[in-house]
Amino acid sequence: MLVAGIDVGGKNVHIVLMKDGTMLEKGAAPTGIKKAEAVEQLYDKVLRQAGLKREDVEHVVATGSSGRRVTFAQGVIPEAAADARAVVRLIPSARTIIDVGAEEGRAIKINSEGRVLDFAINEKCAAGTGTFVDTMARALEITVEEMAKASLQSTQSIPMNAQCAVFGESEVVSLIHAKTPKHDIARAVHDAIAGRIGSVARIVGLEKDVVMIGGVAKNTGFVESLKRELATDVLIPDEPDFVGALGAAVAAETGVIEEKVETRVVERQDYEESSN
Amino acid sequence: MAEEVREFWRWPESHWANPDIDWKQGKIITSGVDVGSVSTQAVIMVDGELYAFSSTRTGSDSPDSALKGLSIALEGTSMTADNIDYCIGTGYGRVNVPMAQQTITEIACHARGANFVYGSAVRTVMDMGGQDCKAIRCDERGKVIKFMMNDKCAAGTGRGMEVFADLIGVPVWEIGPRSFQVEKEPPMISSTCVVFAKSEVVGLLEEGEPENDIIAAYCAAMAHRIVELLNRLGVEKEFAITGGIAKNEGVVKRLEKEIDVKTMEKVWHNPEYNSRNYPFDTQIIGALGAALFAMALLERGRVKSARKA
Repeated sequence: MLVAGIDVGGKNVHIVLMKDGTMLEKGAAPTGIKKAEAVEQLYDKVLRQAGLKREDVEHVVATGSSGRRVTFAQGVIPEAAADARAVVRLIPSARTIIDVGAEEGRAIKINSEGRVLDFAINEKCAAGTGTFVDTMARALEITVEEMAKASLQSTQSIPMNAQCAVFGESEVVSLIHAKTPKHDIARAVHDAIAGRIGSVARIVGLEKDVVMIGGVAKNTGFVESLKRELATDVLIPDEPDFVGALGAAVAAETGVIEEKVETRVVERQDYEESSN
Repeated sequence: MAEEVREFWRWPESHWANPDIDWKQGKIITSGVDVGSVSTQAVIMVDGELYAFSSTRTGSDSPDSALKGLSIALEGTSMTADNIDYCIGTGYGRVNVPMAQQTITEIACHARGANFVYGSAVRTVMDMGGQDCKAIRCDERGKVIKFMMNDKCAAGTGRGMEVFADLIGVPVWEIGPRSFQVEKEPPMISSTCVVFAKSEVVGLLEEGEPENDIIAAYCAAMAHRIVELLNRLGVEKEFAITGGIAKNEGVVKRLEKEIDVKTMEKVWHNPEYNSRNYPFDTQIIGALGAALFAMALLERGRVKSARKA
């Protein structure tokens, strides 16, 4: 059976074609402003690469924050459900999933069958998302990849005062002016996001093994910060950014086209007011 | 020739000196310097009356910004910093005010300043600053009873508005008037986070949404964000606003509508100040409060004059 899983995220679209349980072809492209168009184009490209046509695909299931934009999908499932299905296939011992994408960070507690037991998400605030990393890399005038590497060379931990990405940018600029080594700033940035993700993860509770997925999982510097924050090892599957799409494909294969997941939305992470 | 770089967040700096006061006849000269994250204000008072003030942008160095603020306030007068009896620093950068003898939090200063500027009927002061937002409840003497503050998130702060102005390419002072040039009020920007709101705005621009509608949608979102904070404190009349965002009618009018409470008219409580056309500036209220505290401390003999000349 040939199926497709499509993950339309805040920054990128990921598509996976799966045949009888094995990944056949995959592709990624920026979501851009015209999301539906980006999906159509990438879908045709991936099919072309595999030498297939749309008619050859039996089921299409979409996921992601803009999963509903996939007009030709038979169903749309929540990201948490997609993540859970894929992760348990890739790493059967996984019980906690941490998924950090461009515009959200979520923690999912799962059982051995890949069912979602508990789920918390921050999607209201850029602190604790991939966007925060991108913003700070821009302020540092280096790429995200360079920042990841730099952060691993850091020997000292500098706490960042700003939680907000907007204020964080000014803070990074001040740190640069104060001649703080770039690698130490890079680590400070990763530590800050790890702190935010850690607080989301602690809402669902940490149970081993902890697996991290999503685009930010490719950032080795961040993964180190997260390990320190959670004081536990964090496993990363190959191509962690394709996990959502893979999960949608797995759902398509098993005929699941609708699924509900109870969500705990983290409202700007209880840091809003303070008084003295 | 170098290409002109337009910076849409740049709001105009200002300074003013009172032509009706001969400071040499005054007994007590005090100053308040409010070094905020975005702007710095210096206020000089002679015997408790407004003598001079300046409102300038805070630079990367707080002590320099404080010194520059004071010297600009003194511009065109014969007074020097050495003639000042007592100076109080306030604001985010208050510990970095070199000429200050003492510091007081901006919360206390805004309440005290609002009491002087708007009168003793003020019970709720909303300070809408560059990098934070404070809702303050105070008594008839301008003493703080309780307050709520957001200093962690750029949404609802002046910085958030500057980011937006830069993105849309409209000078900050035009944001308010343009937000009313719409056929009907559009739905507000749904993202709270400034970073996510930016992507949302880019999306609306790409879709060909009229610029003024987007401006209105952003002002409404900002007003809503401030209302969330205000509602936690509860608004008791009279309700007065201070800070830079208080100048943005696009935010203020929408805020008033949402809570169904009018803010006090932006005029001096002291009728003489109005009849003499003393400029009214919501941004100087914190520094003014600091100068008033300095005056009170000297009058009660709690501190000694540090006057050098």
